[in-house]
Amino acid sequence: MSTIRTEKNLQGITTAHPDGIGGSPLRPDGILKVKGEFAYSSDMWHEDMLWGMALRSPHAHARILSVDVSEAVKHPGVQAVMTHDDIPGSKFYGLEIKDQPALAMGKIRYHGEAIAIVAADHPETARRALAKIKVEYEILPTITTEEQCLDPETYGYVHEPAEYKGHASGNVVHSQKVISGKGVTDEVRAMADVVIKGDYVVGMQDQAFLGPESGLAVPAEDGGVDLYIATQWLHVDREQIAPVLGLPENKVRLTLAGVGGAFGGREDLSMQIHACLLAQRTGKPVKIVYSREESFFGHVHRHPAKLTYEHGATRDGKLVYCDARIVLDGGAYASASPAVVGNAASLGMGPYEVPNVNMLAVALYSNNPSCGAMRGFGAVQACFAYEAQMDKLAAELGMDPVELRQINAVEQGSIMPTGQEIDAPAPVADLLRRVKALPLPPALDTTHLDVRDIPGALSNTSHGEGIVRGVGYAVGIKNVGFSEGFDDYSTARVRLEVIGGEPVAMVHTAMAEVGQGGVTVHGQIARTELGVEQVTIHPANTEVGSAGSTSASRQTYMTGGAVKLACEAVRNELVALGRKRYGWTYNDLSLVGGKVVSASAGALVPIADLLGDSAIDLTREHHHRPTVPFDKETGQGFGHVQYTFCAHRAVVDVDVELGLVKVVELAAAQDVGKALNPLSVVGQIQGGSTQGLGLAVMEEIVVKDGKVRNPSFTDYLIPTILDTPPMPVEVLELADEHAPYGLRGVGEAPTLSSTPAVVAAIRQATGLALNRVPVRPEHLTGTGE
Amino acid sequence: MEFLRPATWDEALAAKAEHPSALPISGGTDVMVELNFDRHRPSALLDLNRISELTAWESGRYEGQEGEVIRLGAAVPYARITRELSTELPGLSLAGNTVGSPQIRNRGSVGGNLGGASPAGDAHPALLAAGRDVLVEAESVRGTRLIPIDEFYVGVKRNSLEPDELIRAVRIPVADGPQQFSKIGTRNAMVIAVCAFGIALHPKNGTVGTGIGSAAPTPRRAVDAEEFIGGELAERGLWQSGGLIGPAAIQRFGELVAAAASPIDDVRGTAAYRRHALAVMARRTLTWTWNEYTQSLRSAA
Repeated sequence: MSTIRTEKNLQGITTAHPDGIGGSPLRPDGILKVKGEFAYSSDMWHEDMLWGMALRSPHAHARILSVDVSEAVKHPGVQAVMTHDDIPGSKFYGLEIKDQPALAMGKIRYHGEAIAIVAADHPETARRALAKIKVEYEILPTITTEEQCLDPETYGYVHEPAEYKGHASGNVVHSQKVISGKGVTDEVRAMADVVIKGDYVVGMQDQAFLGPESGLAVPAEDGGVDLYIATQWLHVDREQIAPVLGLPENKVRLTLAGVGGAFGGREDLSMQIHACLLAQRTGKPVKIVYSREESFFGHVHRHPAKLTYEHGATRDGKLVYCDARIVLDGGAYASASPAVVGNAASLGMGPYEVPNVNMLAVALYSNNPSCGAMRGFGAVQACFAYEAQMDKLAAELGMDPVELRQINAVEQGSIMPTGQEIDAPAPVADLLRRVKALPLPPALDTTHLDVRDIPGALSNTSHGEGIVRGVGYAVGIKNVGFSEGFDDYSTARVRLEVIGGEPVAMVHTAMAEVGQGGVTVHGQIARTELGVEQVTIHPANTEVGSAGSTSASRQTYMTGGAVKLACEAVRNELVALGRKRYGWTYNDLSLVGGKVVSASAGALVPIADLLGDSAIDLTREHHHRPTVPFDKETGQGFGHVQYTFCAHRAVVDVDVELGLVKVVELAAAQDVGKALNPLSVVGQIQGGSTQGLGLAVMEEIVVKDGKVRNPSFTDYLIPTILDTPPMPVEVLELADEHAPYGLRGVGEAPTLSSTPAVVAAIRQATGLALNRVPVRPEHLTGTGE
Repeated sequence: MEFLRPATWDEALAAKAEHPSALPISGGTDVMVELNFDRHRPSALLDLNRISELTAWESGRYEGQEGEVIRLGAAVPYARITRELSTELPGLSLAGNTVGSPQIRNRGSVGGNLGGASPAGDAHPALLAAGRDVLVEAESVRGTRLIPIDEFYVGVKRNSLEPDELIRAVRIPVADGPQQFSKIGTRNAMVIAVCAFGIALHPKNGTVGTGIGSAAPTPRRAVDAEEFIGGELAERGLWQSGGLIGPAAIQRFGELVAAAASPIDDVRGTAAYRRHALAVMARRTLTWTWNEYTQSLRSAA
């Protein structure tokens, strides 16, 4: 990083600003959030504000015979009641495929689908008005199982063929094959000494962010709407909202409000269109805040999956082929299903060299809740299956499971089943070696027992009885950024000016800070690139160009990269100013400690003096290198921007009699290319690991015949502090030359391998096959599905 | 919705008499959840937070109860029960320690558990195990009624209070032997019981008390198991000798506890798992309490 030589005239000048990149300044929102002082989107208030609320279907599949809003309209305090009839513009929206009605039209396709919206002077008034809306339904048989979805002739269509907008046909939204080598033929199968088959199931996980969906729509004098909203991508929200309102995009202005977590669950719209419609209709600001229960119906979930894998290997453990089929339940509407399918198919072999591959991934339409983006995005489901297969294969061959993985691990230069070469470091074998080399936690001390340390904890179910320890390993591969030819560029505007005699940089992007720490990193980049102390982060809004989504582990790479480009442009302009004014001929200039510095001649002039009353204000776009769509039939193509890898070792104690699990330690090793903020990086890895632990042992939306049975934090359980073990993290920094600063997206990779590592450890403790997550006490005690 | 805030217990009783459908609220850990989920819209809330005697406990001797008794105010929070009464009421204290989170334990109380009468209330198995002479003090403007705990729970979320009655306190005999409480949840803290089990040894009268939670429409006792193990301990003179109960009798005790439950399959667990887990918890807690009892015999000798 440093270009400064330690010559005498340079003493006291250092580029290693403690709050620049590579440092760990604390995030500005951290203390506020801990103290309950952070203003979330649900805390917003406006004079004359109305409260919006939606009527939702209690049925998963039904024809709407009639909707009678007459009593609701008459309810005192009600200012508007709207159904799809009242929508001024397009009636459909969607992230990739516009197949979702903003308000149900004629048909209900999932439990909780919104039918009508109300604006009233008080939330309780709105609730009572909703109760007065009479909807007549003809309940239809649900289409929820794979068998039903794949046989529409018998069981029906979720979207009738005349209305179908997906990428395939019937009840399939999208499918993707990947065939490499010779595919999987009898001839290929004959080359394998051992064959391992397995069927796996991944339950429906929820993002379970803490801040429920909420926002405030304010009608503007120009006939437009200003929307203050907790989201992941302001511009793509606008792209979907404006046509429904019948407005041009420039009349729909979005500003990011305080976001309480996202994890993919805010990629799709929730209450945005409803609040804007009601604001447009009433001419008054409208706020909508979901309750926790409504939140479970208000966003998409992680695709539940059924996975069938067959691996063939030689006696000495080299993989020969893999035949795999991944069926993802996409639910009622497309959401991000096509991209999730692309990931599952292209990453479904894991970080292994598999010479012959036959992979098919599909996403189905069904009457289950819609599924879309969630941290790990298609790679999570596959990782659970292929890692279980690796353990089975190791057992079959009598090999160490880590060694088996290492001898098949990809490395830089390996060719993925899509034909894409991994052209950056891929230290998979080394990550495994590192987690394995970490010291193991001490054995459970049953003589000085603290019940908080054992399965059941304060529930006091064991004083040491029935407890068996297990250790498991797993590794995964995830892509960074949007793939398959998508140009998810980011924009950043940086302004440098002198305020109070000091140079101050302002960074303005539309990046959604959802808790990932992006605003902290933007400040670090500006300090490092511009040598300033003071950095202001402008509120994120649509006045500046798109920053793309806060997802796909991409924001530091993409918007961080845009901030870097904009800073460089500002720096170049400043230096040009200096050359013009002072006739500098140095080629070794940088901005350090508030000064323009020459590596050879030392400090030349304070930035404040050079800039004077002028300001440099520049905007730059950052595009990653182009990718291409996967070939429909073979899956071949340079589809991904960057790969990222994480390995885990899980140590668990299982009460084998009661089927209760306590994860004792969850160690991770991850290559991050360059840690711009090492503290945040470790936080991301620990957070992702914990979310994977949740999927392993507790997190599941239970759906029966299309009905969600546990829409609450009473029954949808996420890990508490007593479920969250010590998590030692090893961070590798092997630069990727294609990325800004050599960095690698961090957020998702740890979510992949943590789940299979925990389950592998439970398998070791119990000797059970455990082909499904989450693992429930019933599965460990033979007392139910 | 009306919000009634009586300043004294007498005012509270008068308010309840006037508004029999008013829902009492103290810590709010149950009531507020029901309100927030829109499951329950009572015509009035009766806020008991200003009545300080509800958050006090005292020990003494009471007519109709043998030995020393803790008269536990209905609103004494679980955190204080665990902190202040772990010697006198060890079973309830352990049960209280499994309720929700530290924040919930600072607000939730036995009065709330009894008022809600959910089969999943954590206090119930401990109260049932503590003995047949645990009495709920129900009061109204008409007077005081002492309801034996065995007669208190009458159906799913239904108790035997009259519409004008409020729970003033619970009278619980001080433990005369070891007590234990175990609860199953699918994570390691902040769980509603999948099922729970309470046990209390009563060496004074040679009985064993039990309580089952979350595995039947109401909290209930495992009567056959109590009689079986009580008989076993008496016939074999184990109360005096402090000898081993033995695996066969422990196994049988577990089976009888499981048999006493009438669990259902629901989103929290299967009926089969609940029965299985009850048997395991029954075996373990019987072993723990018996070990503790025999140790106390030996150290007394």
